Amino acid sequence: MSTVLVLVEHQSEVPLETSLQAITLGGMLGEMCSVSVGACQVGGVVRHIEIEHPMLSDYAPEAIAEALNQLIRTESPSAIIAAGTERGNEVMAHVAALLDLPLATNVTEVRPGDGSWGVTRTRWGGSLLEEATLTAPVKLATVAPHVFAAAGASGAAESERFTPELSQSLERTRVVERVTISEGITLTTAPVVVSGGRGVGSPEGFGILEELATLLGGAVGCSRVVTNNGWRAHSDQVGQTGTRVAPNLYVACGISGAIQHWVGMMASKNVLAINNDPEAPMVTKADFAVIGDLHPILEAVVEEVRRRKGG
Amino acid sequence: MRTLVCIKRVPAPGARIVLTDDQQAIDARHLPFTTSPHEECAVEEAVRIKEKHGGTVVVLTLGPPEAEEQLRYALSVGADEAVLLSTDGADWDPQATATALIAKTDELEAAGGGFDLILFGNESADAGGYQVGIRVAHALGRPVVSGIKGIDIEDSALIARRETDAGFEVYRLPMPAVIAVKEGINLPRYPTLPSRLKAKKAEVASFTAVQAPGGLHMLRLVNPPEVASATTILGLGPEAAPAVADLFEELGLM
Repeated sequence: MSTVLVLVEHQSEVPLETSLQAITLGGMLGEMCSVSVGACQVGGVVRHIEIEHPMLSDYAPEAIAEALNQLIRTESPSAIIAAGTERGNEVMAHVAALLDLPLATNVTEVRPGDGSWGVTRTRWGGSLLEEATLTAPVKLATVAPHVFAAAGASGAAESERFTPELSQSLERTRVVERVTISEGITLTTAPVVVSGGRGVGSPEGFGILEELATLLGGAVGCSRVVTNNGWRAHSDQVGQTGTRVAPNLYVACGISGAIQHWVGMMASKNVLAINNDPEAPMVTKADFAVIGDLHPILEAVVEEVRRRKGG
Repeated sequence: MRTLVCIKRVPAPGARIVLTDDQQAIDARHLPFTTSPHEECAVEEAVRIKEKHGGTVVVLTLGPPEAEEQLRYALSVGADEAVLLSTDGADWDPQATATALIAKTDELEAAGGGFDLILFGNESADAGGYQVGIRVAHALGRPVVSGIKGIDIEDSALIARRETDAGFEVYRLPMPAVIAVKEGINLPRYPTLPSRLKAKKAEVASFTAVQAPGGLHMLRLVNPPEVASATTILGLGPEAAPAVADLFEELGLM
């Protein structure tokens, strides 16, 4: 069996969930070897390679791609896989461009064959699938999030070190500064997202959504119509062109459920729709729904939650 | 500043995607078409840069002849020149798309001068390959960053900001450079009626694109399995509040 390299993203040495999902796919395709930039505690793998270089102390997509390019020469893998995250897709696109090889982003299935792979990948943010063939001496792919189970964490492998030779010129696309704006709960980390759409009616109409989100320790999101109307900042947008969220509960208030929005929250564990249209796609696809005007409903819900919390 | 913006024409589906019988495309007979959202913002950003620093904006697309509509829209919101690389409308893989754009960019630069900045959308709304801009940048030997939601020009460098979970990260690219932007970098303007009429009469340079072989070959499109829809109705109107609070408790949110 040939080697399959899986690029693992991590935060403070802890692998991202999406990277553990990529490891699962990698294990199905060959002798899986995980790769990380800097130290990372990856469990359940036979081999792990740590890429080390001073230039890689912060994110530098071009430099990481060049490092992987050099690793390909020493490891001769049949494939390289990464999570279909913003960074995973970016780094792999650089690798593909460097080697002039095809790249299949956000795959949900791989059917290995002689010389080429059959792949299924997502389009329209996950609301449509494409079946394709990927033909290349080294297959490059990123893995759509939340399709494969995350790999187990037991039995950490001894890390091997790899130090690439990186030209100073690659610094041109390295992060030069980091600015922290918000600490605490963000859209992507909140256990509850209370989100509003056209039905909220105005920027002021979000007040009651804010109240509910605060009571539940959650964050406020919105649909594309809302940001296009200038009612809320784009950073609050959940959707194909905004942020992808996967909270325990997603409360969709006055959101019809267009594809653009649905793909941004379809990974939520539970969806509660509040809408005056019982036929709205968001209502028919949701786990739970309340039918009616959202403002009086939310006011009653906020009051009830306060009462139970002994407020 | 001479800026090139590469855009893509895409259908605007509502809540459900319907495919053609041969599964090669979305059945768009009853759908409006638009510029892929990130790219609409790329055009707006290029026009704002021009308004602040002077220069020209050239907009380029690879697509069916009908993509002229999106080029004219870009002209109506402030782009100066439009170039169409026309295809028969079939699906081109990202390598083939990039190869055609690289060749045309070379020609445009030879004829009208180098581009200080080339803008792309982060990913197209339909295919979502996340790679055409990066391929073009590598072929031209220029720096490139993706996912950008803020651009400033300082001396001969581009200061580019990218959102993170907690704030943003900053890149400083020497020009000429390539940047793939995301929606939210700006709120695109609407064209005025006079600008629409002017754009309608403007010249669109049109060429036939030649397809290079790529390694990712689309066989067919498939709708994913429908989400099982067993919606539990918790109630009608404000009377549903206790049932909603019960749900919050069950999910451990209170």
